Amino acid sequence: MQSVIKYGRPWLVAFLLLLVWELSVRIFNIPEFVLPSPTRIAEVTWEFREHLMLHAWQTLMTTLVGFFVAIVVGILLGVAIGSSSAVYDSLYPLLIGFNSIPKVAVVPLIVMWCGIGTLPAIITAFIISFFPIVVNVATGLASVEPEMKDVLRVLGASRYEVLTKVGIPRSLPYLFASLKVAITLAFIGSVVSETIASNDGIGFLMLSASSRFQVALIFSGVIIIAIMSIVMFLICVYAERKLVGWAFRGQAV
Amino acid sequence: MLETLKVKQAAAAKVAPGRDIPVGVDPEAEAMVSLSDVTLKYGDLLALDRTTVSIKPSEFIAVVGPSGCGKSTLMKLVTGLMPPTTGEIIFDGRRVDGPVQGAGMAFQNATLLPWRTTIDNVMLPLEIVQPYKSRFRSHHDEMVAKAQTLLDVVGLGEFGDKQPWQLSGGMQQRANLCRSLIHEPKLMMLDEPFAALDAFTKEDLWEVLQALWLRQRFTAILVTHDLREATYLADTVYVMSKRPGRILRKCDVPFARPRTPEITFDPAFTELVNELRALIAAVRSS
Repeated sequence: MQSVIKYGRPWLVAFLLLLVWELSVRIFNIPEFVLPSPTRIAEVTWEFREHLMLHAWQTLMTTLVGFFVAIVVGILLGVAIGSSSAVYDSLYPLLIGFNSIPKVAVVPLIVMWCGIGTLPAIITAFIISFFPIVVNVATGLASVEPEMKDVLRVLGASRYEVLTKVGIPRSLPYLFASLKVAITLAFIGSVVSETIASNDGIGFLMLSASSRFQVALIFSGVIIIAIMSIVMFLICVYAERKLVGWAFRGQAV
Repeated sequence: MLETLKVKQAAAAKVAPGRDIPVGVDPEAEAMVSLSDVTLKYGDLLALDRTTVSIKPSEFIAVVGPSGCGKSTLMKLVTGLMPPTTGEIIFDGRRVDGPVQGAGMAFQNATLLPWRTTIDNVMLPLEIVQPYKSRFRSHHDEMVAKAQTLLDVVGLGEFGDKQPWQLSGGMQQRANLCRSLIHEPKLMMLDEPFAALDAFTKEDLWEVLQALWLRQRFTAILVTHDLREATYLADTVYVMSKRPGRILRKCDVPFARPRTPEITFDPAFTELVNELRALIAAVRSS
């Protein structure tokens, strides 16, 4: 019963919000091109379902490819930065500078280099989402107790052994925490890129819908992205619980 | 409660009084660890000043002194984690010029790895130290049995499959001792291993440590603030001065092994502890 209440809460809140929305649109007679009602959005979503599915698939694929590249690059860079102070000193300031560049402004540049379509969307998803992964993996490695390092060094462990026996397992919870942030960022990246330069994907669909004043269809796109993002987030949470459950069950004193 | 009882039994079984255990240090033996005229400076700060110590094989020494006297520095020097500014350190017949291989270390923080079970934590050194490392996969059952035996000795026989966070602080420290000794090191470094434990658990662990030492006869260097602990466990207690650290006094502890907790009430024991306390009080006020 308790868990029903706990997990039911977000659904209840969402339902209430939709209800308020629906009623407001009806009571105040808001025109559809300003704010369509939830029922109207559902109607349009159903009507354009094949279209939406096709574009959603495109967005999901570009996002996931970008995300996986971000994981690979993020882990490699994070391990390099976290385990070598020379790499840390030389790369970390550059990364921070890079991260503070608004990625939207970089998209036109990527388009100039790579053309329009899937590739710039993948690249945008990647560059926007790899930074938190790098920082968290590096932080995780830095959180290894110095005593533990001493114990291993005196046992004669190589740097590689210290990394694989302690460093990487220790940084896994940090990695998963960053994946939850990175996956939502990756969606933002791919949709932004699609909006600027693509003929496919939810971003493109929303842009073309807005040029035709199909406001309800824009909302359909928004909702589909939100759903995909939540599902991917939950998959990350599930993987986290499965793989680093030890980090949640209690604190080693 | 359970924990205490089990360990008492285990310790009693392993170190039954009257058993003929070769105890005592061979005065003729070549030193296992020797520091000659060792000085360490951190920048301008003199941490350790012209220290000379010689530790025989299987000798258990304790280093006591006021806070900040460079006790932990001494540990880092002996294990080669830090090079001395001047002087020479010899371990097992070889000059120390990098981290020594295969020594055991235990700190106040048990640092068990939370993603491994207790027995897997204990087995960690076997995955790193030769000759166990290359046999780890092929002789896995043998390694598990080795770890289990050690867990039995410290009274954790039934806790091998528990995660570290399911153990109490005292039990974690027992597992930590097992981990630092499973590869049968010649040298064991103990940096205030029991400082965070309550008085009862601490005294239990003195017994456990003594049982382990009587079993493996490693050379041990214990750094501690607790004078009773030092006196109970060590063959020789070194008193250090405050910074810059210097060995002020070397006290031999004559009590026979195995020592029981009752010995701490012995007038001779109390007298020795008081003597050490007076020495350190004098150092602190100087």
